[in-house]
Amino acid sequence: MAKTADQYFDELRATRVWRSIFRSGTGSSTLKRALAIQQNVFLHLFSTKVRTRMLSFSATWYLGTLTLGTFFILVATGIPLMLYYHPSAPQAYNDTKDLQFVVSSGLFLRNLHRWSAHAMVFLVFAHMFKVFYRGAYRTPREFNWVIGIVLLLITLLLSYTGYLLPWDQLAYWAITVGSNIASATPIIGDKIHFLLLGGNTVNANALLRFYVLHCMILPLAAMFFVAIHFWRIRKDGGLYAHSSEPAVRRANAAEKEGQ
Amino acid sequence: MAEEQKNTSAESAIDVNRRQFFAKLGLGSLSIAAAGTAAFAYQYLQPNVLYEPSPVVNQGKPDRYPLDSVTLDVNAGIYIIHSQEGYFSLSAVCTHLGCLTAWKPELGIIACPCHGSKFFVQADANHKPGDKIEGPAPRPLPWKRIWLNDDGDLLVDRSTDVPPLARDSFVRI
Repeated sequence: MAKTADQYFDELRATRVWRSIFRSGTGSSTLKRALAIQQNVFLHLFSTKVRTRMLSFSATWYLGTLTLGTFFILVATGIPLMLYYHPSAPQAYNDTKDLQFVVSSGLFLRNLHRWSAHAMVFLVFAHMFKVFYRGAYRTPREFNWVIGIVLLLITLLLSYTGYLLPWDQLAYWAITVGSNIASATPIIGDKIHFLLLGGNTVNANALLRFYVLHCMILPLAAMFFVAIHFWRIRKDGGLYAHSSEPAVRRANAAEKEGQ
Repeated sequence: MAEEQKNTSAESAIDVNRRQFFAKLGLGSLSIAAAGTAAFAYQYLQPNVLYEPSPVVNQGKPDRYPLDSVTLDVNAGIYIIHSQEGYFSLSAVCTHLGCLTAWKPELGIIACPCHGSKFFVQADANHKPGDKIEGPAPRPLPWKRIWLNDDGDLLVDRSTDVPPLARDSFVRI
């Protein structure tokens, strides 16, 4: 009798090499399955037990997973772009043009990066509206809504800092206008403007600061908050409130009473 | 006896054992180190030397600018205006969000391409050059200090605002 794929996988999991790497063996008992998650360095970020429907496929993956998908595309295209781009005032514009016209597949990578960035901003907003209209910001998910707002701001800042990097007229004036908006902050506005640009005008220091923010600080911050965001979604029993939840039952009861 | 007991309890309230003392010492040192790190980080993020262009720019000989002309220096971000009263300089940087404005000779005004602010150039009874006609700009375009150097060149200090229409705000030849 031919073995099924599951049986092959079980055999693989029983091998010494597998067990030496993942520390968990075969078996389908609740304990074994829990250990397989909890003792894996990647999977242990997820809660040990989740509802089956959390793992089911849906058309949009709640939009948030699609957003994460665009983020992965942006990382995967952004890193190769960094290999040809110098964040210095004399070179940045020429490097951008080289990526566009000279480097093999540079045009493809750059366009993919750009369109994914647009898609990510659109999806983040779509995700926010969906969460809002489904009432998924209510208890116990209110903290995850706050994390989501932080992620929205990080997305917008990533978009904004990336805008300067081509170092053309559009970039220069967009950042001039944007940083002047920051200086409208009461009392500390001018200080923020100075710290953000590393000077009084958009020049070499500003380009370098925006590059470091765009390629290092903001992506790392995004990953950190995404990890919390996804962990909480699974822990809170899904993205949306379900009719069996106490908060929803109370709301429904209150509505009935009102009628 | 009762008083003695009171004393002991008061003493024990401020008394800490060795472990607590070292824990407090450690936390205190860490807090001081954290505050110091924050202060150093704040200072580090502010450049002490800026390789930015000098605020004083040489605008050449006055005879480059015909009477009743408005000349924009794109790189310096200022206008040199030769009016009946003399030469004066207006900032070309919009007071709204820092875009570079443009002189519109057909309308006789200065206009910002970004968000549509418009500014007077000609003085009239109620308006000084630089005053806003319309748009989101919160303030008039500032006047900049202008003077002649020993070589007879017009110099403009972009970092110094001067009062509009004041005697010293013009160069008269």
